[in-house]
Amino acid sequence: MIHAAPAILLLPLVGFAVLTFSGRRLGDPAAGWLATAAVAGSFVASVLVFAALVGHDSAHRSVEQVYYRWIPVGGFQVNVGVLLDPLSITMALFVTGVSTLIHLYSISYMKADPQFRKFFVYLNLFVFSMLALVLSNNFLFTFLGWEGVGTCSYLLIAFWFDRDTAASAGKKAFIVNRIGDFGFVIALFLIFSRTGTLDYRGVFSHLGGVSGGWATAVALLLLAGAVGKSAQLPLWVWLPDAMEGPTPVSALIHAATMVTAGVFLMTRASPILHLTPVSLTIIAALGAVTALVAATVACAQDDIKRVLAYSTISQLGYMFLGVGATAYGAATFHMVSHAFFKALLFLAAGSVIHALNNEQDMKRMGGLAKVLPVTAGTFAVAWLAISGIPPFCGFWSKDAILGAAYGKSPILWAIGVVTVLLTAYYMTRLMVLTFTGQARWETARPGGSPTPGHSAERPAGETQGGHGDHAGEPHEGPWIMTVPLIVLAGLSVVGGLLDLPFLNLEFLDHWLDPVVGHQTNLAYQSAGLKVGLLLATLVVALSGIALARGLWWRNWRRPELEPALLANNYYADDFYSRVFTSGGGAMSRFLAAAVDNRVIDGTVNGVAALARGGGTVLRRAQTGYVRNYALGIAAGTVVILGFMLSRAGS
Amino acid sequence: MFAPILAAAPIDLAVFAACALIVLAGALGVVLSRNPVYAALSLVLTLFGVAILFVEQDAQFLAAVQVIVYAGAIVVLFLFVIMLLGVDRQETLGGEPLRAQRPLALIVGLAGLGEVLALARVRTWATGAASSVGPTTGPGSNVEKLARSIFTTYLLPFELTSALLIIAVIGAVVLARRPVRGVPPEALPTEDLDVPVGPGDGVRAVDGEPLADEEVASR
Amino acid sequence: MSLDGSYYLVLAAVLFTIGGIGLLVRRNVLVMFMCIELMLNAANLTFVTFSRMLNDIGGQSLVFFVLVVAAAEVVVGLGIIVAIFRRRADATADDLNVLKG
Repeated sequence: MIHAAPAILLLPLVGFAVLTFSGRRLGDPAAGWLATAAVAGSFVASVLVFAALVGHDSAHRSVEQVYYRWIPVGGFQVNVGVLLDPLSITMALFVTGVSTLIHLYSISYMKADPQFRKFFVYLNLFVFSMLALVLSNNFLFTFLGWEGVGTCSYLLIAFWFDRDTAASAGKKAFIVNRIGDFGFVIALFLIFSRTGTLDYRGVFSHLGGVSGGWATAVALLLLAGAVGKSAQLPLWVWLPDAMEGPTPVSALIHAATMVTAGVFLMTRASPILHLTPVSLTIIAALGAVTALVAATVACAQDDIKRVLAYSTISQLGYMFLGVGATAYGAATFHMVSHAFFKALLFLAAGSVIHALNNEQDMKRMGGLAKVLPVTAGTFAVAWLAISGIPPFCGFWSKDAILGAAYGKSPILWAIGVVTVLLTAYYMTRLMVLTFTGQARWETARPGGSPTPGHSAERPAGETQGGHGDHAGEPHEGPWIMTVPLIVLAGLSVVGGLLDLPFLNLEFLDHWLDPVVGHQTNLAYQSAGLKVGLLLATLVVALSGIALARGLWWRNWRRPELEPALLANNYYADDFYSRVFTSGGGAMSRFLAAAVDNRVIDGTVNGVAALARGGGTVLRRAQTGYVRNYALGIAAGTVVILGFMLSRAGS
Repeated sequence: MFAPILAAAPIDLAVFAACALIVLAGALGVVLSRNPVYAALSLVLTLFGVAILFVEQDAQFLAAVQVIVYAGAIVVLFLFVIMLLGVDRQETLGGEPLRAQRPLALIVGLAGLGEVLALARVRTWATGAASSVGPTTGPGSNVEKLARSIFTTYLLPFELTSALLIIAVIGAVVLARRPVRGVPPEALPTEDLDVPVGPGDGVRAVDGEPLADEEVASR
Repeated sequence: MSLDGSYYLVLAAVLFTIGGIGLLVRRNVLVMFMCIELMLNAANLTFVTFSRMLNDIGGQSLVFFVLVVAAAEVVVGLGIIVAIFRRRADATADDLNVLKG
């Protein structure tokens, strides 16, 4: 059953290829079904491999398969291969699983789009890249997948590229990611120069005797890459704008999978991280601060997708906090449970947007619980999960991280708890504004024109089909859209079973042990402390919900609770634009004038001038007089004779 | 290098000394005469000197040919051309329009001579390799030996030189033709020189001004 | 019993040098040509000397050919001179300076 492993990577790739070259012949929606089938097949293969790994005993749960000798250059050997171990197969499982559901959802969601086939081409390519990233057995193949997901993210964010905002958002995502990728690449150089290989097994077995400085440098550079990909401070500005893309894209890429790549990388590189405790502290602090900052901004957003985007950033901050506290199991647990409820949130939001004819401003929603019952129900499940209410998975996963954070530093724990409060607050606000109260959408203009700062989704060239005709009469989508919601809701309910912090039910922690080695084990905390922390978190979450309900119930206009500072993301975009973009522009102008014109052109022109000058000087030898030329010949003869004389005697 | 002088017969030395003087005197005469006719006659002097030296070295046939062909035909040809072109006027040996030509020529020439002589000191003149075409000494006359080598070993070069002579004759005839009256100027070979030509020959100068009439009349 | 060949060779070298300097210094084309003849004679003398020293008739054959070629060369050269300098009495080599760069 382990032989099913190549199928995990191959099926999405084959789907991509088939759709690229013959998708037009397949036609919509068959193209969508094909793509879904490819990813579903990949999920089945992942399950088979998972079962195989479970069958091995825990010391032998690491299988390496090499598929192709990619770069055999002397001392530098890189292969295309997979490392099937608990971490990678866990990632593969939830990536393919959630992807399948989202592919299914997209068949209906993107139905009226003229670029339907292209959407699935990109989605399949994305799934392949993500799987390459997580399954890879060496840093370079991971980096290939890393870049691949970045590219697909760009393509999908800017899917409706005739919209300026979408195109700019795509560029912004790619460029900001690039900054992080630069750090990743430097880290690769350092790793190779020290260990002579880029294979995970090879690198981790050659870590004996490395200097702390090297380890810190590598850890921080990899962190830079992770910060870019997972939208942490200071590179978090691209994710809110990435909401320009279609909602399934936001669900898949910017909630469940791509943005978790950074956390995955940190987990995978844990042997290096453990060599530098300072890097772990930096990671934890960075995660905590990001979580807090993003949560504050989410409290002041009107666009439903932007709230969810900042929420994603915040939750990712939690995962980094978990990694920094060496609670890799907790971080992975939160990654998985976040995938469930965040994908659910986005898909349900998509359902709402779809139903309201592309309206995304929550101030124009309201009272949707009656008309969209399934959506509202599943949304509620997700809301409770993310706020941290038991028995939903979010409670257990968030608490696992907070417990570990407390063990590392109470300050970090405190930041995390405040963030729990804010999370509960803004999610409840979202629920209240969207689903309860009076139906403000009936008074809004049909079609929902975008207000400044908010982007309305719209398939290029057409108002969305299906619901456009009954303007003002929203209803649930077809089963293709609701079934994924229900499945994800179910997973959010039972997901907590993965890693319960008592009775030795920490399945995920134990499962990941052989990969990450040392972990903060919550079992070592005293039972009383554990229960105390659990209860504290619960109380804080409930008070957040109560606060939001109290403030926002039937009171949807509250500008004093939405300060401009928060609504504008602490003016980070303006700051970056002023400092880096204008500065970069000024530097470019300077370089163009000074370096390009004077130095480079000067050199080139100088060479030409040199040739011309040399020619002018040498031309004086062409006197035109035969006798001068004869003199030249005679002189040459004298030189040759002199040469013979110098060599004489031999 | 220089074998003892006294090993040779004194007559040889005397002949050599006299001929050396003749040769050098003629050479200097060629180089230093202002009148080209004097130069041609000095050339004859040199040629005769060299012919005697040929005889001295047992190359009698070549000496004869030297006198007949070189002195008797080539120099005569020179004199014909001198007379034909009227270049017997004195050349001004004084100023040299090209700067540094004269001193450089002297330096280069003397340097060359010095180097050749210096080379002679450090290397032997002759290697003493075995005769390849045929010996110069031994039975038979010089003519016979020379003829044998030319007509057997060097037959091909001989034939080529005869072809060369025919080509040279044809070339000379073509080159020396007078331009035909009325032929357009482009067909004549005097285009690119700053040699002014008169208007009466169908030729015109490149730079435009035709000669004044009195100049033409003086030709 | 002839003299040692070195003397002849030195004489030939000197003759060659005189011819060479004359070629570079004189401006009258015909005199320049005569200097070339001087140089050719010096070469001939050298060949004959070596022919005697090495006991090889090949040197004298070569002189034979040099003589023939020199004759042909003079013919063609003088033909060219006649063609170029037909009109001019005091033509010098310096007048052919059209290739001045």
